[in-house]
Amino acid sequence: METRPFKAKVGLELHQQLNVGRKLFCDCPIMEYAEAEYKILRYLRPTQSELGEVDPAVMFEFRKNKANIYIYNSKASCLVECDEEPPHPINMDAVKAAITVALALGSKVVEELHVMRKIVIDGSNTTGFQRTVLVALDGVLKADDIEVPVQTISVEEDAARLVEERDDAKVFSLDRLGVPLIEISLAPIEADPKTVERVALALGRLLRLTGFAARGIGTIRQDINISIEGFPPCEVKGVQKLDLIPKIIEYEMMRQYHLYNVARLLKEKGLDSISSIGEYVDVTCLFEGASSRIVRNALDNGKKVYGIKLKGFRGLFKMEPYPNVRLGLELADMARAYGLGGIIHSDELPAYGISSEDVERVKAYLSVEESDAFVLVLAGERDYDALSALRQRMLRFFEGPVPETRGPTGDGRTRYSRPRPGSARMYPETDIPLIRVTRELIEECRKFVPKPWSEVLRDYMQKYGLNEKLANQILDSVYLGLFEKVCSMTKLSPTLVAVVLTEHLVTVSREGLDISVLDEGMLFELFQLLDSGRVSKESVIDILKCMCKEGVSAGDCVKRLGLKPISEEDLAKMVHETVVSNRAIVESLKERSFGPLMGMLMEKVRGKADGGKVSRLLKEEIAKLLQNI
Amino acid sequence: MEKLDGYSGALKRLLEENNVRAGDVVKVVTGEREYVGTIIPRYEYASQDFLTLKLLNGYNIGISLDKILSITLIEKHSPPSFKSTPPEFKSKNLPKAVIVSTGGTIASRVDYRTGGVRPALSAFDLLSVVPELAEIAKVDAEVLFSMYSENMTQSNWTILAKKLHDYVSKGYEGVVVTHGTDTMGYTAAALSFALKNTPVPIVLVGSQRSSDRPSSDASSNLISAMRTSIEAPFSGVYVLMHGWVSDERMEVHLGTKVRKMHTSRRDAFKSINIKPAAIYENGRIHVILDNLPKRKVPSSFEIFPNFDDRVALIKFYPNMDPEIFLYLLDRGYRGIVLEGFGLGHVSSRAISVLKKIIRDGVFVFMTSQCIFGRVRLTVYDTGRDLLEVGVIPLEDMLSETAFVKLSWCLGNFEEDRVLDIMKANIAYEFSSRTFLEEGERFGD
Repeated sequence: METRPFKAKVGLELHQQLNVGRKLFCDCPIMEYAEAEYKILRYLRPTQSELGEVDPAVMFEFRKNKANIYIYNSKASCLVECDEEPPHPINMDAVKAAITVALALGSKVVEELHVMRKIVIDGSNTTGFQRTVLVALDGVLKADDIEVPVQTISVEEDAARLVEERDDAKVFSLDRLGVPLIEISLAPIEADPKTVERVALALGRLLRLTGFAARGIGTIRQDINISIEGFPPCEVKGVQKLDLIPKIIEYEMMRQYHLYNVARLLKEKGLDSISSIGEYVDVTCLFEGASSRIVRNALDNGKKVYGIKLKGFRGLFKMEPYPNVRLGLELADMARAYGLGGIIHSDELPAYGISSEDVERVKAYLSVEESDAFVLVLAGERDYDALSALRQRMLRFFEGPVPETRGPTGDGRTRYSRPRPGSARMYPETDIPLIRVTRELIEECRKFVPKPWSEVLRDYMQKYGLNEKLANQILDSVYLGLFEKVCSMTKLSPTLVAVVLTEHLVTVSREGLDISVLDEGMLFELFQLLDSGRVSKESVIDILKCMCKEGVSAGDCVKRLGLKPISEEDLAKMVHETVVSNRAIVESLKERSFGPLMGMLMEKVRGKADGGKVSRLLKEEIAKLLQNI
Repeated sequence: MEKLDGYSGALKRLLEENNVRAGDVVKVVTGEREYVGTIIPRYEYASQDFLTLKLLNGYNIGISLDKILSITLIEKHSPPSFKSTPPEFKSKNLPKAVIVSTGGTIASRVDYRTGGVRPALSAFDLLSVVPELAEIAKVDAEVLFSMYSENMTQSNWTILAKKLHDYVSKGYEGVVVTHGTDTMGYTAAALSFALKNTPVPIVLVGSQRSSDRPSSDASSNLISAMRTSIEAPFSGVYVLMHGWVSDERMEVHLGTKVRKMHTSRRDAFKSINIKPAAIYENGRIHVILDNLPKRKVPSSFEIFPNFDDRVALIKFYPNMDPEIFLYLLDRGYRGIVLEGFGLGHVSSRAISVLKKIIRDGVFVFMTSQCIFGRVRLTVYDTGRDLLEVGVIPLEDMLSETAFVKLSWCLGNFEEDRVLDIMKANIAYEFSSRTFLEEGERFGD
């Protein structure tokens, strides 16, 4: 990876759902419940600022002019989430959680808290703004040997959950709207991607130790600001998995470095944006008899084919110095964000049923010469904004990386999602009174400040007799609560329980199985079976796999897999017979015959008998036989 | 002592000494750290020991006076300089319309630098915030009052009625009144009685979510109200608001039959004991009630703009002390609308007092605190006793409408006509038939 000439600067912004019983500005419980009792349809309208300015991100959403449909269910939401009732007083437990974290990070707690409205009109908030309150400033996060300055700690309401994006509307579920989040912004640091992951881990651990952090998928999200030296940052929003962080940073560094190189290359060629990037030309007439299915479909839907010439760009679109880093992809991702199917560029043609004759006709029509490129966009009359945004993006190919809001793809890549918002548009939430942070309140929170991770780890290792690796894993695990419950309610060894809940589940999920179907009740039943001896620890992985695949209980899996344990008597008999019938091996190998015989036995009894028991019986039988020789 | 941008006492002195005030960008040094930000005006009732500062990241925080070591000016505030441009009307043939504003801010701008919200008041300003209006009509705008609707009085109704009479007489084809929602129902009733035979529909409109927020119902209500006023085939006085919590269906209610039935929902306004007059949906008006007065050329348009404020609306409650009525008599009240229990009852020990005040010349009318349904004083003894002493039942009329109507009757007509006029159906305030689907519980 040739990104060395640049240092990346990475800023993390962590959002963690707070487990404080009820939502931030109403009395609704915190739960997922997206079954529609009612559906509400709404439009959001940007409020003009006093200066009549237009925020690029706000206009991006407004121009799409999509309706927002909100799924309401009274189990999880009330009139407050519907924006039909003023907010209730703030949930002080959420404020206390933030103050506790602030104290743990050595931050300065704000003396009087002001709830603000931050304008967000992508539909994810029914009000058109997110309520947020700054609780503390400054502080330092210590992650092993590194210290990262903290910028701000705030408490805010989570957004509604996007469940479907249709052509004409976005569909959101209101259940998540209003769930209290803590937001911690760290100062950008120059560090390698792995170090950034460690920083994120340290911050996540601190939050979990306070006991205020909700656990489970989607309860923690990172926004990552990434920039290469001398250029503005791109923000990757909503990264949910820790191990994606280094991949995303690496991808962004490569992508931004490529954009830098493209700009440099264009400069070397003596090109500039104004003379290079042409205007759109309607080339629909050239495709009237075209056989390309993509083009045909578009034309049948009343769309047109627009061509634009890019002087001196030949070969630049397909250039792929790193995996999935291409100029063509930059434009295609953007086109999709604006609701177009994508773009077609000359570097990839002929393709998609567009013949070389078609290409020649377009080239002639647009006066495209040998060293030039062109881009075709299939767009309708209403796609004016998309076309204009794409051309703007082409003009900025001469600048290197440009600021954007991007989203993670799940495989470590990122994808354009919208323009970067201007400076945050905030104004006071006058429905909520100001909150005085008294000395008493701070002292109350001080009691919740957790011990450092290293101490908690040491205590845990001692209490449960775990090694350091397992103790770390189980403390980081979403199953920490289950682990403690199983250890207190069964006679199982804590190490076994920890191994099952961490390593075994990782093994199962690596095989592509969905472990999210396993709820705590199902897992607890498995441990009860283990505890009663009805299941051997050797069969746990097979049972877990079966549970994931079939979605049934551990007990059912034991039946399906025919894992009825062998009785003590039968097992002794089986061991005895194996030793007798392999007498020759025992006689020649003596004690060393244990290995091959154990292998033979385990093949027959795996999952039906405890390996330790088999080993003990086998040693006895071998010893008996050898004595008799 | 006068406040400086909401600050008083030591903080006010500190700001004055340093020659800074709200809007200025300053550096504030405390024992702990330095803050750079904009001074924000202090709310009236907020504690006076804190300075509100908007930091560069957009957040407001309060810094206690005790901690402040120094405040230094960085940049003096210069007010934002937005100038609305004259609207472009799409067609020369657009009808003339007017938006008369009485208080509720139907459109506004936010100064995100200081968090201030400024209402859009002039026609230009309004059209730049709600440009859709320019496609419907050539819109004039007038700010008649700037008040919370809870402060409206009978004299405001008079001024408003005269103003609307002027506009309609001048040939305006669309007349929309923006109004705070708390008393919009009362004002709608007042205008329904004051303006007789209005040739075009006068539409009152408000918003349940303030216009500074992206989710506000203000502009969709305003646009729908304007279309209704210009295009509806009927005339009269109406209230237009959301029909449900979705931004899809607006309901057009008769001014005498409408009541605010929820403290906060967008669809708070409901027609009581009757269906809405019309539905506005997808840009179209669907008329629901038969027999609405037709839109017409002005010919017999008349105005009766006066209201007497010596009228009370009293809700009866268990064990209410009847002496209260004597107090009203002493204070010179000329009429009382009672909100009785159920079919129109009050406790029997109030009857002798009511008898006395009626004999002394006070008009007493009966409505029901049930809101839905019709009063009927002939069913139980107490009702018959009330009739006997001269209490007049008002059928299915809303108590608020009855209050307004009585005030209007006493303001415009001789006392000997009051009973007849109160019992006559002037502006759809009575409906002779109540149907099963009407009068349903407020809900969905």
